[in-house]
Amino acid sequence: MSAILPPSERLWWKEPIAKTEWMWIAIAFVWGMIMFVMMIYWHIYGKQNLSNEAYKTTPEAYAAKAEKFIAENTVRNETGLDGNEIPVVKVPNGGEGYLIARLWNWYPILELEKGQEYKIHLSSMDYNHGFSLQPVNINIQVVPGYEHVVKMTPTSSGTFAIVCNEFCGIGHHSMLGRIYVK
Amino acid sequence: MATTYRTCPASGLQFEAHAEKLMKWNAVAAVLWLLVGGITAIGVIMTRWPAFKLLPPDQFYTILTAHGVDMLLCWIIFFEMAVLYFASSVLLRCRLATPKWGWVQFWLMVVGSVMTNVAIFQGESSVMFTSYVPMMAAPHFYLGLILFAVGALIGCFVFLGTLVVAKKDKTYTGSIPMVTFGALTACIIAIFTILTGAGILLPTLAWSLGLIKEIDAQLYRMVWWGLGHSSQQINVSAHVAIWYLIPAVVIGAKPLSEKVSRGAFLMYILFLQLASAHHLLSDPGMSAEWKVLNTSYFMYFAVMASMIHGFTVPGAIEAAQRRKGFTNGLFEWLRKAPWGNPAFAGMFISLVSFGFLGGISGVVLGTEQINMLMHNTFYVPGHFHTTVVTGTTLAFMAVTYLLVPTLFKREMIHPKLCQIQPYLFGIAMSITGLVMMGAGTLGVSRRHWDMAFSGAPFQYEWPGAAMLMMGMTGFFGMVTIVGGALWIYLVVGSLLWGKKLEGGAVSDKPTPIPAATPAASASHHGSDHVGVPGTVVLVMALLVSFVLYYFVNWKYLSEVWLLS
Repeated sequence: MSAILPPSERLWWKEPIAKTEWMWIAIAFVWGMIMFVMMIYWHIYGKQNLSNEAYKTTPEAYAAKAEKFIAENTVRNETGLDGNEIPVVKVPNGGEGYLIARLWNWYPILELEKGQEYKIHLSSMDYNHGFSLQPVNINIQVVPGYEHVVKMTPTSSGTFAIVCNEFCGIGHHSMLGRIYVK
Repeated sequence: MATTYRTCPASGLQFEAHAEKLMKWNAVAAVLWLLVGGITAIGVIMTRWPAFKLLPPDQFYTILTAHGVDMLLCWIIFFEMAVLYFASSVLLRCRLATPKWGWVQFWLMVVGSVMTNVAIFQGESSVMFTSYVPMMAAPHFYLGLILFAVGALIGCFVFLGTLVVAKKDKTYTGSIPMVTFGALTACIIAIFTILTGAGILLPTLAWSLGLIKEIDAQLYRMVWWGLGHSSQQINVSAHVAIWYLIPAVVIGAKPLSEKVSRGAFLMYILFLQLASAHHLLSDPGMSAEWKVLNTSYFMYFAVMASMIHGFTVPGAIEAAQRRKGFTNGLFEWLRKAPWGNPAFAGMFISLVSFGFLGGISGVVLGTEQINMLMHNTFYVPGHFHTTVVTGTTLAFMAVTYLLVPTLFKREMIHPKLCQIQPYLFGIAMSITGLVMMGAGTLGVSRRHWDMAFSGAPFQYEWPGAAMLMMGMTGFFGMVTIVGGALWIYLVVGSLLWGKKLEGGAVSDKPTPIPAATPAASASHHGSDHVGVPGTVVLVMALLVSFVLYYFVNWKYLSEVWLLS
């Protein structure tokens, strides 16, 4: 009964299994079940679950909604290191905010308040992008043609960066956005 | 087709002439692609090492694409073709079915892999291994992959045909050996994988030629990962088969229980394919229920299968060693294992690194909610460098130390260097994987040229610890390269200048595997049982690490912003 020869016992499936092996199989099974239940448990009692709310959209339709949101809620403009003006948009408390991912920026800058719940809409105008909020470290895929509505409540205040962490071409590394939390 | 059979005098393995030639050519092609993949790895590492940042962004993304394709597909799948022919024709001592189709397999894969590489190095196909639409590569990038996959699919059917030949010619009695069973698992998963791949690459090729207007970006991700992740499960099945093979050859280990180990392989066939979900956990398009069920391989049954192999492989080694008289204490069997044999050492490091690093990190990364902490971060390549590299690649390197003398009839050159190589490569890669995961835990992105974000409208400074981990990734990554280059040198050097060995008697008829005598199986029955207390301690250490690390990550998750 070597691993490179046919089993010497022709009826190998009738051979008994040693107790230690059964024990380990049982442990592996139970541990798998615990891990499985843990995900469900977190959906019920945990406070960090990714929203399932998503819609099919088009870049044009999404950009129109986002531009309307920006026009209504811009509080000031900032000049980036690259010399471009970027609107800072205050998302109404408990309200909805839009973030555009495109080659190669996150637009606009969002302003939030700590402890408030927001519905943040995410979509891409072109390729896949990756919403990577740092240093909090929340990472969400942003897919073109899909509008993802994520409910988030900031629990810390300060200036946060949105790194793009899905490869999106030659300017990928310069795709850095910003969120302010007061 | 007329053929001959050679029985290797040292190992007793029997090589059919067509199978032998095909194994050699596939193995050589694999090593050449490993060389290309290794050279591109230097560019990747030296660019991501913040102190050097060697290449400009366009070249970095080009060679990163090449590195992924050449390592994950070209090196591994060429080698797997050799493994399939070995596990069928050699282990079952029969002729290879349809050797002409075997050559179609080989040449299609050669043409395909070269074509895709030409597309990549022309610079217009820097789309990464994943080639997510709507980012478009040149048509011959996709066409090359399709030809390569068709070649591999043909290889799978040659393997299956060879199993039929062995059965028909009665070259063995009873059931196929465990290693062949593992290879069969790999083959079945490969067929599923390649058909899924065809399902996405054919439309993508048509789209790149302008025949189809649009491919849904989310649908692409889902179907593509049916290819992308499942192909890694081929590797898992293949390297687990090798974990059974090497101790069987080196120390005469026998599976503790045929039923348990084969049952675990069967669970791979049933559940591993669901892993496409692992890449979609932080995506918008799927429901939470779908994610939970699929990411867990339907309630972790495939993880359970790997945990079972994690017990039965070292258990078989312990039992064999104890039978040899190494019975003192819990670990004499382990201390007195043949650590100076590079095949055994490589195999054991592969087992430990895959279990403790690749396995645990993979399950944690594939937990629906925890994935948000790591999705697309450097943690992901950290994880798969401890599965595909320290797991699969190291196991393939280890088995090559056995194949060079028996298949290529050459003695390995520099035996001392051969002894060092698996330690150098395996340990350096394990450390590299670990610090990569560390950097990813701190948020560092994968596939990212510049941690300083030059040209961005804002600035963001990564934590000092993240920069340190990236520096360590650079250093230990380069040490791994040295270990890999050493292996290529030793293998190629042995093929060119190694002492020629006796090929053994050639016959025009296969010698069937002798049927187990009733006496032999009777003596085995009952009296043969050996306890494996040392293995119990090892797997308990694995379990404790697993449980602690798993819950630590839930703790991390509970500290981020609230999401619902």
